[in-house]
Amino acid sequence: MPGLDVFQEANRQLIICNACRYCEGYCPVFRAIETRRDFNKGDVFYLSNLCHDCRACYYACMFTPPHEFAINIPKILAEARIETYQRWSWPGFLARAFKDRGITVILAAAVAAIVVVLSLLLIPANGLFAIHLGPGAFYEVIPYIAMVIGGLVLFFYAIAVWMRGGARFWSETRSVLHQPGGLKAFASALTAALGLRHLKGGGPGCFYPGDQPSSVRRIYHALTSWGLLSDFVATTLAFIYQDFFHRLPPYAFTSAPVIFGSVGGVALIAGTGGLIWFKLRSDRQPEGAGASGMDYVFLVTLGLTALSGMLTLIFRATAVMGSMLILHLALIAALFLTAPYGKFVHFVYRSLALIHYEIEQRQPQQHVGH
Amino acid sequence: MEEYDVIVIGGGNAALCAALAARHAVSRVLVLERAPEHMRGGNTRHTRNIRCTHAAADQFFSGPYSEEEHLQDLIGVTGGPANLDLAKMTVRESSKLPEWMSAHGVNWQQPLAGTLHLGRTNRWFLGGGKALLNTYYQTARRMGISIRYDAMIEDLVIENGRFEGVRLRNGETEEFIRGRAVVVAAGGYEANIEWLKKHWGDAADNFIIRGTPYNDGMLLAALLKKGAKAIGDPKGFHAIAVDARAPKFDGGIVTRLDAIPFGIVVNQLARRFYDEGENIWPKRYAIWGGLIAAQPGQMAFCIVDSKTIDCFLPPMFKPFQANSHEALGAALGLDPKVFSETVAEYNRASAANTEIRIEVLDGACTRGIAPPKSNWAIPIDRPPFYGLPLRPGITFTYMGVAVDERARVLEQSGRAFANVYAAGEIMSGNILTKGYLGGFGLTIGSVFGELAGREAASNARA
Repeated sequence: MPGLDVFQEANRQLIICNACRYCEGYCPVFRAIETRRDFNKGDVFYLSNLCHDCRACYYACMFTPPHEFAINIPKILAEARIETYQRWSWPGFLARAFKDRGITVILAAAVAAIVVVLSLLLIPANGLFAIHLGPGAFYEVIPYIAMVIGGLVLFFYAIAVWMRGGARFWSETRSVLHQPGGLKAFASALTAALGLRHLKGGGPGCFYPGDQPSSVRRIYHALTSWGLLSDFVATTLAFIYQDFFHRLPPYAFTSAPVIFGSVGGVALIAGTGGLIWFKLRSDRQPEGAGASGMDYVFLVTLGLTALSGMLTLIFRATAVMGSMLILHLALIAALFLTAPYGKFVHFVYRSLALIHYEIEQRQPQQHVGH
Repeated sequence: MEEYDVIVIGGGNAALCAALAARHAVSRVLVLERAPEHMRGGNTRHTRNIRCTHAAADQFFSGPYSEEEHLQDLIGVTGGPANLDLAKMTVRESSKLPEWMSAHGVNWQQPLAGTLHLGRTNRWFLGGGKALLNTYYQTARRMGISIRYDAMIEDLVIENGRFEGVRLRNGETEEFIRGRAVVVAAGGYEANIEWLKKHWGDAADNFIIRGTPYNDGMLLAALLKKGAKAIGDPKGFHAIAVDARAPKFDGGIVTRLDAIPFGIVVNQLARRFYDEGENIWPKRYAIWGGLIAAQPGQMAFCIVDSKTIDCFLPPMFKPFQANSHEALGAALGLDPKVFSETVAEYNRASAANTEIRIEVLDGACTRGIAPPKSNWAIPIDRPPFYGLPLRPGITFTYMGVAVDERARVLEQSGRAFANVYAAGEIMSGNILTKGYLGGFGLTIGSVFGELAGREAASNARA
């Protein structure tokens, strides 16, 4: 409705949803609505991050525009979600990236460029296009110490900003919780997050890209998140191999780091590609203003990072390995530097929202109504 | 010229059930939906469950519901169906619906929380009526059923008791589509205020129509004009209490108020007029539309206090609120003195303040006032006090065309038209006379839709 800000508009719509409740079977958002009678900012912060954008409710709703009630829950919650991302990010001038995609792109490009330039300055002229084989081959292109320090700094920077945001989420939404939820709540939230339980649209699947339910988007999303996890495992294993067992990369194709890395890489390429393809074809009506730009930047950065990693692996015995490696490291730097300022953050808040939900459902409270 | 085996007129649950059932037997099936695509589905858009006979509890029903009990519920609430044989058949055949619906793509869910305790008798489709319709339309398209939206029917062509086709209006031009049989499932006439006025007078101006604005009854009028036999009271309808601030059309479920058994209801004269605690709410919610329609200005006000304001489904519109009875009366535009006297008189006659258990008759009744409140009669004495303005919300009308046990439309002589069938609201008057049983409108629509589609298809093949 004109004249209302995002939170007032969300409140207006959620009150109508609470009087209807037809969507209760789709997802936790509607079951969480039913334990409330009014929706303050903290409630909207929480509910917007609990929404998985499966869009089932949009197609089931008889009050979507042009109906005068103008209900569009996936859209308004996506817009509220972006507000929370910005609100809980840090520092402020970078947090604006959630509204201004240019900042994210410049940030990503700048850090990638710095990595490339520094690498080129550090590498001896004949090193870049030489063929490097045997243990420590990668470090003949980029020194080990530069790779480790650069990587760890960016990684822990992202983690720190995420944790700060997570703490803000928890303190600003937790008012309704009076008692801890226990291990069961946590376990249920964890399996919901890892298994993407709530992208099932209540059973038949996500209503994405169009008005018919299907499980394909959930599969693409699972490939992306599990691919990322697999690559994280690969990196950790490589770190252990090297620093505890003193075995320098590159590792054999049959080694654990390479298997995890390449399985994850292929999954990431397929997953991000599928999500981008679906997004391009998706219905614009239930989409939050500004949401898809943020999604594209993240998906493209993530997909290219995986692709460059796979190319480094494939061409590691050739003269282009050096260039590929530099590109891959530049993209990883871009991915981590923009991690607190883009769609990557959603996993932090959605996981916390799921924990919040599982605890809330175990409170001795009651559904409002008889 | 276009020709179809079966033409289905209408686009709601009954129409889609008919089209799907017909398509199993014949290849050329056409659905003519009056509404544009985003408004397709008539009043089915606002439904959420269907009442079905079933022998045992399952994943979605919390207990058994026998044919006998189902029929007794129907007779008890409606005061006896117009055609007992058709009512019995509907109740019996309803047991096949869950399987049939699942086979056509419908997904189910647990009963909604905070609703009318229908988990044993009714089955809930995931996401409600619009989701059900989306599924049926997608299934229909997959099965090769033709669908036309914005289809304005100019006339039904019926010669010597035999349907020949329909004349459609496309702006300036007319189009004739031939059909070997027709199923008319085009709804009631509740959205036609002029028609309602014929029976209700100017009171109809104050009715709120809860569902689709497209149910203007044009097809019912056309059938009656062609000599179909009418059945049912023209004033009969399913009507409930809705918030007076609801939109004139299509406000659906969210404007409904379930507050009445928790408080009292007064009219514009600030007087009570009916026992608010006569029976449990699922058995009484459907009489309040008619009760309010009979009050001056077709207006009433439900009054509760802070003890019970959180006990019913939170309303879409904020209740009026005040810290004294007088102030609340004034806020509602009532005579504050009369209003506070009414509340005081009720409070003196009321039972002690106790916890309300709304799902059972608690016998906590008023003493010595008329009308009484037979249950849950606790005083309205803890501020703030709340008032909700009410109007009759018309769900659908009952008068329709008479049909036989094969869903064939009957002529005034009692003989059936050769190839004209009806399903849904347009023939609900064969069963419903007054009152309403939650989820039974869809039961009628689905049983008769499937039957009409099957019969029409076999007629078209003959």
